[in-house]
Amino acid sequence: MTALELRDLNKAFGGLRVTSAVDLAVEPGERRLIIGPNGAGKTTLFNLITGELRVDSGQVLLFERDLTRVATRRRAHLGLARTYQIITLFPGETLARNVVLSLLGLSRLRWNPFVRLDRRRDLLEAAHATLARVGLDHLADRPVAQTSYGERRRVEIAMALAQNPRVLLLDEPFAGLSVEERRDVLALIAGIPRDVTIVMIEHDMDVALEFAERITVLHFGRVVVEGTRAEVVQHPRTREIYLGE
Amino acid sequence: MRRIAIGLAVLALATLPYWVGNSYYVNVAAQMLIFAVLALGLNVLVGYAGLVTLGHAGLFGIAAYAGATLINAGHSHLVADVGALLVTVAATAVFAVLALRGTGLGFVMITVALGQIVWGIAYRWISLTNGDNGVSITARPSPFGLSLVSADGFYWATLVVFLVAVAAMAIFVASPFGAALRGTRDQPRRMTALGYNVWLTRFLAFLFSGFWSGVAGLLYLYYNQFVSPQTVALSASAEALLMVIAGGTATLLGPIAGAVLVIVMKDIASAYIERWNFVLGAIFVVIVVFMPEGLVPGTARLWRWAVSLLRPQPPPVLRRESSR
Repeated sequence: MTALELRDLNKAFGGLRVTSAVDLAVEPGERRLIIGPNGAGKTTLFNLITGELRVDSGQVLLFERDLTRVATRRRAHLGLARTYQIITLFPGETLARNVVLSLLGLSRLRWNPFVRLDRRRDLLEAAHATLARVGLDHLADRPVAQTSYGERRRVEIAMALAQNPRVLLLDEPFAGLSVEERRDVLALIAGIPRDVTIVMIEHDMDVALEFAERITVLHFGRVVVEGTRAEVVQHPRTREIYLGE
Repeated sequence: MRRIAIGLAVLALATLPYWVGNSYYVNVAAQMLIFAVLALGLNVLVGYAGLVTLGHAGLFGIAAYAGATLINAGHSHLVADVGALLVTVAATAVFAVLALRGTGLGFVMITVALGQIVWGIAYRWISLTNGDNGVSITARPSPFGLSLVSADGFYWATLVVFLVAVAAMAIFVASPFGAALRGTRDQPRRMTALGYNVWLTRFLAFLFSGFWSGVAGLLYLYYNQFVSPQTVALSASAEALLMVIAGGTATLLGPIAGAVLVIVMKDIASAYIERWNFVLGAIFVVIVVFMPEGLVPGTARLWRWAVSLLRPQPPPVLRRESSR
């Protein structure tokens, strides 16, 4: 059984093909890295997986369940979570409230207009526990607007982890971080248990290669190389794309 | 402290007819409460959902017209009120389904168009609405045997409805649904990815907003015992929006303050200032320039700033320049 599978996935914006016959099979618990130059179609691929973009043709399967026609919001309920390359938080709310919103997303309580949210101790405690996982529990009551960029990156990951996903998509989680912050976030991602399958897009090869077990190289929307770290690094197409050799 | 302030405010409102004395001003206060209910309902969409609408006078007017039509058809006030609210909520659902197809300016334009359709029906469908002449009702209701004929009686009944509306808004805003609605305003894409149904959340908020607009419309009908196409005109929608924006969107007190401001200008200042519309416009410009967040949050900000100025400041720490 695969955790995430893409079969012959295609997407075009007008005459521009951004995803072209992409096949991908990620095993449960795997750490998969997707790399490629700017414009290769990496984030588009994530948007197709989550349903934020509709596929032109092909299939998206999560644990062999066909998600292709399933609404984006339903995919979260089926165990798919993601982070965004451009940080997408609720800046006026506290860190804890951001995580509570994530927890509420999968709860029927989100429809309740009668109870006071701040009196739901269970949600607040779960939010604090999630923030503790990413080392931010001490900032739980601070508004997002008053936190650093690196802390916001970790809140992004906390919001995804709060939903106990089966497959986690990380879109450039190290973007804009300092060297120290990158190490911290890498340690955080490395600490995610194996029952969560992780697919990550990243540009920082040094950090990303430490994380990845298998790597997929995208170029102009196509999978051009796929294999283990060593295989991909040694592959002449990888060197051609990245070094112009 | 907060509870004491709320208690004092409720006490002041409940005793208003005694310390105001003049029935004209009691009626003006009742109008403020009616439009505060409308503005609170509108604020659900404008403030908490981030959906600016210019069609809410249509919903306000639908309730008033439906109530008047049912009363004139011989139904009791209770049946007419329930029927009018059901009609309003149904009309709101139609408004929402159509308007939520658009976002941003598209949403605003659809609500303008829908409001204008209601105005057109009120003005032109004479067999139903009596056209330009409007519809009158002969009497106010007497809930639990209490007469609402006098200015005081009607004011107190309106106050009860107003307090229920404020309580409903306070509960709504603090609820998980309220938090979800604010989330759809700030990051709709993220909310979808988190598992929320953004469309349905906005649709239900629209219904809640429309319901309170309908309640305000019924109060308006009973206050004037008359409703005409002027009630559902685009200018009425703009005025309601002005109340919300001037007072402060996404706050509980803001729409109330905005309603008070507009009614004071329309009903009191207009007696002394011939060009009261000009003054209201000038006040609105001043608010937008100096308190873009609205009167209530802006005043709170200025208050905090003034308090910080009055507090004794700690002496500046002298730093030794580091040697280079």
